[in-house]
Amino acid sequence: MSARENILGRIRTSLRRADGDGVAERVRAHLGAHALSPRPQITGDLGAHFREKALALSTSIADVADVHGVPSAVAAYLSLNQLPMGAVCWSALAGLDWVSHGVVMEARPARESDKVGVTEVFCAIAETGTLMTLSGADTPPVTSLLPETHIAVLHASQIVPAMEEAWQHLREMPDYPPRAVNFISGPSRTADIEQTLTFGAHGPYRVHVILVHS
Amino acid sequence: MQLTSHQFKARSREKLADANLQGALKKLQGNFVKGRADRVAELENFPAIRDAAAAIRARTLDHLDLYLEEFERNATARGAVVHWAGTTEDVNRIVCELAAKYDVKKAVKSKSMVSEECALNDALEAAGVQVVETDLGEYILQLAKEAPSHIVAPVVHKSKDQVSDLFADKHHLPRKTGIPELCKEAREQLRPHFVSADMGISGANFIIAETGSTLIVTNEGNGRMVTTLPRVHVAITGIEKVVPTLEDLSTLIRLLPRHGTGQTITNYISVTTGPRRAGDTDGPEHFHIILLDGGRTRLLGSDMQDMLRCIRCGACMNHCPVYQSVGGHAYGWVYPGPMGSILTPTYVGLENALDLPNASTLCNQCGVVCPVKIPLPDLMRKLREKQFEQGLKPKQETWGLTLWRWTAQRPRIYAMLTQIAARVLAVMGGSDKLIYNLPCGGGWTDGRDMPAPQGRTFRELYKASRITSTSRP
Ligand code: SF4
Repeated sequence: MSARENILGRIRTSLRRADGDGVAERVRAHLGAHALSPRPQITGDLGAHFREKALALSTSIADVADVHGVPSAVAAYLSLNQLPMGAVCWSALAGLDWVSHGVVMEARPARESDKVGVTEVFCAIAETGTLMTLSGADTPPVTSLLPETHIAVLHASQIVPAMEEAWQHLREMPDYPPRAVNFISGPSRTADIEQTLTFGAHGPYRVHVILVHS
Repeated sequence: MQLTSHQFKARSREKLADANLQGALKKLQGNFVKGRADRVAELENFPAIRDAAAAIRARTLDHLDLYLEEFERNATARGAVVHWAGTTEDVNRIVCELAAKYDVKKAVKSKSMVSEECALNDALEAAGVQVVETDLGEYILQLAKEAPSHIVAPVVHKSKDQVSDLFADKHHLPRKTGIPELCKEAREQLRPHFVSADMGISGANFIIAETGSTLIVTNEGNGRMVTTLPRVHVAITGIEKVVPTLEDLSTLIRLLPRHGTGQTITNYISVTTGPRRAGDTDGPEHFHIILLDGGRTRLLGSDMQDMLRCIRCGACMNHCPVYQSVGGHAYGWVYPGPMGSILTPTYVGLENALDLPNASTLCNQCGVVCPVKIPLPDLMRKLREKQFEQGLKPKQETWGLTLWRWTAQRPRIYAMLTQIAARVLAVMGGSDKLIYNLPCGGGWTDGRDMPAPQGRTFRELYKASRITSTSRP
């Protein structure tokens, strides 16, 4: 007998499982129902909730009226933090007018040597101030991971109350489930040495959200 | 990991005398205990969420076979390969075979307690594969050749100065003294490994039946690196980690970081489903998932089944007065604290960890804080009973209790013996009425003095007072 049969057999014996006891149907029903459990109620302005929680996680936020404001906001952030004016971005952002704002933008996946990565997000979660990104041919996860600075473009309409709503949206995606779903809650950190919080463990030192309101 | 649980008492004594460790453990109480309390207070319906989390885990275990099959079906449909491992040796064999198959020279690992159960690093190194731990704490331990002492904060027992010395010695760089500089140095040392490794090895905090995904929570981002950059990803986890739906997962994720580190959410939660897709420029080409039994099915259907609900948050150890005093190494295996006092004897044998179920005051702090409501003290009590039934209790203890039972059932003899004892002890107490060294009870008087009795037993005094009160006019 294979290890698989052995293990499943042991489980069935231990649980005194019998055929036709209706358990399989109940399990299938549970899997299909996607029932919600009790959870905190996120009421009021989702944007304000997201902002408060994201700031608490050491994410910084800049507001712009529409997507055309993104390049100038990126340029302002880079110069404020004395970062190089070169970055890599996801392809959907390549069409913005980076040149007139002095940003040398390359639309390709980030490499080891890149200092700044600019991405979009799939959605953001108000409950915890979290960004949710999906992997894909045009949305490589490395861009939010390898550079020391991650800038994320988020539309206000993408903010959902909690993880449960995010899954609902995800289920409507054509390639569901994607290879990777990454939830990002602020800059990478560690407290392994003497429980002292330190930023920039392996991922970005800085996470900056550009919140597009239109 | 080598099992040394039988040395619990000796190691505890050592750890109590370790000033460095005692300081670190104090800090842990301040951070993790207070952090959990604050984060839980933020949830106005916390009791309902906790009940739901416990129910999700319990229901899944009751139908474990079916959810595992569902997981396997969905993971396979997305191109992952699912392996089943009866024992920890099987895990090591499977990983070594995969390393050979894919011509792996170097593997990077994110933290996995299951791989510690297996002592996987030793097996891979014996097979000629270089293994690099990438969680900062685990990396420090790998350099120092030490075992983790906490499941969430593995290197809690080490001071910054010890890390400074270790890095200077192993990296051959000028000695750094600031914690940010030490972290940066580790980052710079580990980056090249992430980029050049052939295999990424991770654990899984949960596996999700409805999607066939594995999930890891990390703060450092090393988990994302390990599951994104190398061409092969191997995720190793226990069969009990399956969660039915993404909604069920959301409930558990709401509690795990709150109870673990006092965070509302960890920095990264990475859910991975299958290998890279057509058109993807990153992600592993091959994705293997190993599901370990390793003693878990023995708990199913037994009076220990509740223990399998554990989501490895570490709250029980953070709140345990025994863990707070002796730290994790004294427990002698992968899992310390109350959860370890149950998992170690049930996974590796009651006879190999006799002290652990007794290393508790049964104060129930652990039971009160456990996010999935595991009745930890009850389980420890059951293990103590099993020890007795199987004749595993130390001879001295069994004889002592037998003798006590014999006398306790014979009131006259009992009264006589206690009268003698009360008088002898009163004399031993001397003028300050304290006994500094109790014969046959050295363990008790080593740490404190015993107040000496007054010289007469309660029954004698009671009898005397009744005589005086009834003889009153
Ligand atoms: S037993 Fe409960 S408190 Fe302890 S690690 Fe497991 S889930 Fe956390």
